[in-house]
Amino acid sequence: MNISVLFAALGGAILVWLFLLQRLKAKPWVEQGVIEEGGAVNAAPERVGLWVFLAVVTSLFGLFAIVYNMRSQFPDWRPLPDPGLLWVNTVLLILASVALQRARSAVAREDLDGLKPNLVAGGLLTIAFLGGQLLVWRQLILSGYYLATNPADAFFYILTALHGLHLAGGLWFWARAAGAVWKGLESRPVTEVAGVRLSVTLCSVYWHYLLLVWLILFGLLLST
Amino acid sequence: MAYAAIADRDQHLHDPDTFITKYIWSQDHKVIAIQYAITAIFVGVVALVLSLLFRLQLGFPDTFNLVDPNQYYQYVTMHGMIMVIYLLTALFLGGFGNYLIPLMCGARDMVFPYMNMLSFWVYLLSVIVLLASFFVPGGPTGAGWTLYPPQAISEGTPGIGGGIVLMLVSLAIFIVAFTMGGLNYVTTVLQARTRGMTLMRMPLAVWGIFVATILGLLAFPALLVAAVMMTLDRVVGTSFFMPEMLSLGRELDYGGGSPILFQHLFWFFGHPEVYIVALPAFGIVSDVLSVHARKNIFGYRMMVWAIVLIGALSFVVWAHHMYVSGMNPYFGFFFATTTLIIAVPTALKVYNWILTLWRGDIHLRVPMLFAIGFIFTFIHGGLTGLFLGNVTVDLPLSDTYFVVGHFHMVMGVSPVLVVFAAIYHWFPKITGRMFNETLGKAHFWLTLLGTYSIYLPMHYLGILGVPRRYYAYGDTEFIPASAQTLNSGITVAALFVAAAQTLFFINVIWSLWKGPKADPNPWRATTLEWMTPDTPPKHGNWGAELPEVHRWPYDYSVPGESEDYIPQTEPPHKGVIAGRDHGVHH
Repeated sequence: MNISVLFAALGGAILVWLFLLQRLKAKPWVEQGVIEEGGAVNAAPERVGLWVFLAVVTSLFGLFAIVYNMRSQFPDWRPLPDPGLLWVNTVLLILASVALQRARSAVAREDLDGLKPNLVAGGLLTIAFLGGQLLVWRQLILSGYYLATNPADAFFYILTALHGLHLAGGLWFWARAAGAVWKGLESRPVTEVAGVRLSVTLCSVYWHYLLLVWLILFGLLLST
Repeated sequence: MAYAAIADRDQHLHDPDTFITKYIWSQDHKVIAIQYAITAIFVGVVALVLSLLFRLQLGFPDTFNLVDPNQYYQYVTMHGMIMVIYLLTALFLGGFGNYLIPLMCGARDMVFPYMNMLSFWVYLLSVIVLLASFFVPGGPTGAGWTLYPPQAISEGTPGIGGGIVLMLVSLAIFIVAFTMGGLNYVTTVLQARTRGMTLMRMPLAVWGIFVATILGLLAFPALLVAAVMMTLDRVVGTSFFMPEMLSLGRELDYGGGSPILFQHLFWFFGHPEVYIVALPAFGIVSDVLSVHARKNIFGYRMMVWAIVLIGALSFVVWAHHMYVSGMNPYFGFFFATTTLIIAVPTALKVYNWILTLWRGDIHLRVPMLFAIGFIFTFIHGGLTGLFLGNVTVDLPLSDTYFVVGHFHMVMGVSPVLVVFAAIYHWFPKITGRMFNETLGKAHFWLTLLGTYSIYLPMHYLGILGVPRRYYAYGDTEFIPASAQTLNSGITVAALFVAAAQTLFFINVIWSLWKGPKADPNPWRATTLEWMTPDTPPKHGNWGAELPEVHRWPYDYSVPGESEDYIPQTEPPHKGVIAGRDHGVHH
């Protein structure tokens, strides 16, 4: 409960911050002529769109974390074992994030030879992570921890599934960026090259974010 | 990046050439807006018909026998859910948000047109899934629109087969659709305004839609979380919300879950939802009042702050819906206090609307009538909200018709009046034709007086103690026979109001074909949507060049000017410092 109030306050604070950013004391009825300041944030719409989306995803996972926390206080909570494979998967996801970060700096240097291997590695490591998560599911099912066995198990499946779905969505954008890189950038017009650079950059932002979400979820699962 | 660099970045604009890309798989925000609006109004009419069916039962029990007790609960549930989410949320944000944001901000389209198109089609899918629940065995869910567990998925509640699952799935799909649309609305407002359009020069309609969208983006995930968990409780037998239960003497497999947890999640979404509907209505009504009173909106800055403040506060009042669920008295105190605090910015807005009218040059045209009608119904519903916000008053009234009267005034009639105000106001721009003024006025008076005669008596019934959610009352000692007479009267009024809406549909359809051609700016308004080179605006909205904004949107009746309005695109006049001394009242 208290956490949810805090969370709400955070949401409110974001709103107020957004608002303060713009000139709170503007007197639009006095000022005339074109005003140049106070316009759009200096960023591509895709970047702003991604950050707004991350706010939505934060709300989703944040609420799940709160509910997890509340439900785990109940006496019928039976924590499930922490499969060792999860550590391996965590390392895979960290490596994926690192690879995409390297791809991002390569694309910023316009270093195509550095971009390609890192971009591919990022995607493949992510696919490996998702495969690893499925293996964990299989291990748990074989040891008799089903979705409905206990709320702890149910939460584990939901949270990993939700996180995996978000990564899979990211992979779609990754595939589009990789496809564009593969077709070759040399002969393309400048705007398209800038578009590819932007998608690689935004992929890396999204991956770092989902890594952070995973680390928090993993911590939450280990702590109960 | 400067304004225009983004606003005029047209590489995303596709050029529709076939009928299908123009009107069906369209990425044009105006077409998507109309698709959203038609779908929303269609389901709204379905929900209206459902309400008539159960009103006939309530008003004349044992006479018509159109519904049995199970159907009664199913229709009440579907009526509530459709009206709040699939009609009002979709119409205000998907409909008006889509139409007005790019036009009022001076953009060519939304920043992500393809995602905008997907948003509509996913919304349509959610509507289809929802309506499909009428055709599954057991019918739609009858759990009440709040879907409280454990009863929502327990034996004895109608629709616990496919009905409740389809409802939850449909909600999840709706949330996906809303998120895709919402990302567009927020990003477009932030990034695609034309040159000179600062945030503080945006019309209040855009402000209301903008903040409501942010609320929706942060609040709908709570409903998604609740829907996912309840679906699992229902389908695979987890116990997130389900406590240990006996059903028909048999112990169920559930155990240990918390129904109150669901209520927190539901209302953490549910209360902001009230403002997701109300804030766009506030914004639109402000613009309509200002245009038709030929006066600047009173206290523009305060109005913007109030919208933002109401938005922020709406996240910390949710548990006032749960006083009767039992809670720590300190929590009740906290939530009663926040609820009363939120009345302050809301009252401020009401005062400012009235002060906008004060000494204005009021033109009582159809949109203005609806906007003024809204002030009445909103004050009415708002004041009864103050009653219910107090724990001690809420406890005896909570399960009575007083609450039904309250939320229909504040959240049913008020936003719907604004929907009509907005449709009449922008009809000339959207269709290029004028509607019939006389039919419009008749529609207004019948709707306003009719809805008052439905909901005003409900408050009285509530104070008598007549409980809501009952299929029939039979002989009940504390309910006098006159209450049943009143109930019949309410049903007659409801039928009357529903019939009056045909005037609206006749007017819209007739005007589309036969209405006189509309002037590009028939109300002589200042905002950008009236400045488009074509009426209705063509794909890309602005022709070769984007408009440039030189002033705020409320320069009406500026002293010393020859016209009583100055468009936002008009550059400053030489030698005249507009807004000096008497031009500024506050």
